[in-house]
Amino acid sequence: MDLYEFQGKELFRRYGIPVSDGRVVTSAADARAAADELGGPVVVKAQVLIGGRGKAGGIKLAETPADAEARAGEILGMDIRGHTVRKVLIERASDIEREYYLSLTFDRSAKKPLFMFTTQGGVDIEEVAATSPEALVRLHVDPLEGCHPWHARRLVYEAGVEDPSEQKQIAAIASKLYDAFVGCEAMLCEVNPLIVTPEGEVRALDSKFSVDENALFRHPELAEMRDVDAADPLEALAREKGVTYVKLDGDVGVLGNGAGLTMATVDVVTFVGGRPADFCDLGGGGDAQGVVDALEVITRDPQVRSIYFNIFGGITRCDEVAKGILQALERMGIEHPIVVRLDGTNAEEGRRLLREAGAGNVHAEATMLDGARRAVELAAG
Amino acid sequence: MAILVDTDTRLLVQGLTGSEGRFHGLRNRSHGTQVVAGVTPGKGGQDVEGIPVFDTVGAAVEQTDANTAMVFVPAPFAADAIYESLDAGVGTVICITEGVPAHEMLRIHAFIERRDVTLIGPNCPGALSPGKANVGIIPAEIFREGSVGLVSRSGTLTYQIGHELAQLGLGNSTIVGIGGDPIVGSSFIDVLARFEADPETEQVVMVGEIGGDEEEKAAAFIESEMTKPVVAYIAGFTAPPGKTMGHAGAIISGSAGTAQAKKDALEARGIRVGTTPTETAELVAELVAASA
Repeated sequence: MDLYEFQGKELFRRYGIPVSDGRVVTSAADARAAADELGGPVVVKAQVLIGGRGKAGGIKLAETPADAEARAGEILGMDIRGHTVRKVLIERASDIEREYYLSLTFDRSAKKPLFMFTTQGGVDIEEVAATSPEALVRLHVDPLEGCHPWHARRLVYEAGVEDPSEQKQIAAIASKLYDAFVGCEAMLCEVNPLIVTPEGEVRALDSKFSVDENALFRHPELAEMRDVDAADPLEALAREKGVTYVKLDGDVGVLGNGAGLTMATVDVVTFVGGRPADFCDLGGGGDAQGVVDALEVITRDPQVRSIYFNIFGGITRCDEVAKGILQALERMGIEHPIVVRLDGTNAEEGRRLLREAGAGNVHAEATMLDGARRAVELAAG
Repeated sequence: MAILVDTDTRLLVQGLTGSEGRFHGLRNRSHGTQVVAGVTPGKGGQDVEGIPVFDTVGAAVEQTDANTAMVFVPAPFAADAIYESLDAGVGTVICITEGVPAHEMLRIHAFIERRDVTLIGPNCPGALSPGKANVGIIPAEIFREGSVGLVSRSGTLTYQIGHELAQLGLGNSTIVGIGGDPIVGSSFIDVLARFEADPETEQVVMVGEIGGDEEEKAAAFIESEMTKPVVAYIAGFTAPPGKTMGHAGAIISGSAGTAQAKKDALEARGIRVGTTPTETAELVAELVAASA
């Protein structure tokens, strides 16, 4: 789960990493009040869960509270690469002498947390990695040993930070970042830029913070940070219903059980010339109610013209899936053509239930490929 | 022979008294697996249809000589269960549980790396050697005995491909689901190496998906270390970047980890990649026909 800049900074603050003073607001009037309270020039920053907001005009400097109000008015409601800005962070403006980059990521290839640090911050880090790899210091931490002071020292010395006070401050920030990474069970903690002010003070000017969804059960304070409004409305409904759903752009509603099979089904629908409307995974269980919930989500999408159920029963029982389809038809009056392919546990029973119900818009197909072809044909009308 | 699970497997089930653990533990037993013990703290002394239940893995191993553990406990307790079995001397742990926090897996991976033990999973369907033993949730009736080794990051997609193989008259030596999480106990390479060494396995199918670089690493391994032919399938060609497709592992960021990048890496090393599960099974059938 990705966090907003202001949320990440709140966590930084909690772990002792210095950040600028700021207030999150949702209206231009509140932006003015916040700027007034902070005093002096402020920066108005769009809070969106996507990169590139600076280039999109989502970050503006404001000299006065009136100016902050005007800038916030421009930025609130702005669309940044498909994300509507609903919140802005009003932050005391910083004078910047130098910009560095510091991050901790979950390196799934090495299976260890990875520190990355460079004095060439403020820009696209992938560019630094590509053009001057020697400037980017990479350092893995053994998860059983944890982060020791030497890790932090090695980062600053190898990157060539010369000022002793800076060295000390950055090393302290690096080890606190590790504490935050482990303490919040993060997948990513990135500070870009990590700035040095003319007075020699080191501070996190931005934050990219992402936490593990699977660990939220033991971090209720992080779970509360989820912004339900930011998600696609259909994806939000799906979450509420406990259905794994990702909205895509086409007209064939795809529903499978298990992420791998569902992904493969989306691929096969594309391969036979169709356009999938979604990725919808019933998951391991997939009882009748789960099927009803999933169909409710899928049929809310006005682009959907046919639905393809591709079920391979393992834990999932095909008769339960069939019951769910029939219940949904009865309760919701679905008119879309539904192509059903059932195999595996209790498939015979499931097929029998569907056959006996005799619903005109339910079409059975024997194989995954045939089912995809049929669903694509039916979507075309 | 076969790999990981066979007639020598003596299985203990952590969480045998829960509904899922019971259902699958008994199902594994009915496939012929020797299910020798269950472990549920506080329920020691009970039994599940004749399978004795112990409070600790230590006691279960001492009294039943269990050599393999299957973890079916809820995610918050799964890491603890894995450590308990490994510390009790169990050599192979298969963790079915979904939703184990990634940081737990970082530490567990570092722990097992330093020991001569095997962890499969978490978030996996387990391992099945048809006709010999089944440990996990793979529906054994789909698969036949045969010479094709099958290793996959997915569950149901594995069943799909096993089903397609069976339709073509082909069977499997062992089917291994390594799990879909960002960090799992055994990688493709770990399992491929076992298939290479297994006299019963003659061909291998590797089923990958978007995210990470395990397929790319496997491609290099297959080229330099394997004599047996391998066919691959990758799911997620049409997945939009930056979106998680269900599995915590199935996420792509940037260009790394895309299905196309994986396909290219495999094909560059002469490994054929099926476009659909059906075509993948057909490629395997060609290999089998060619070797006959």
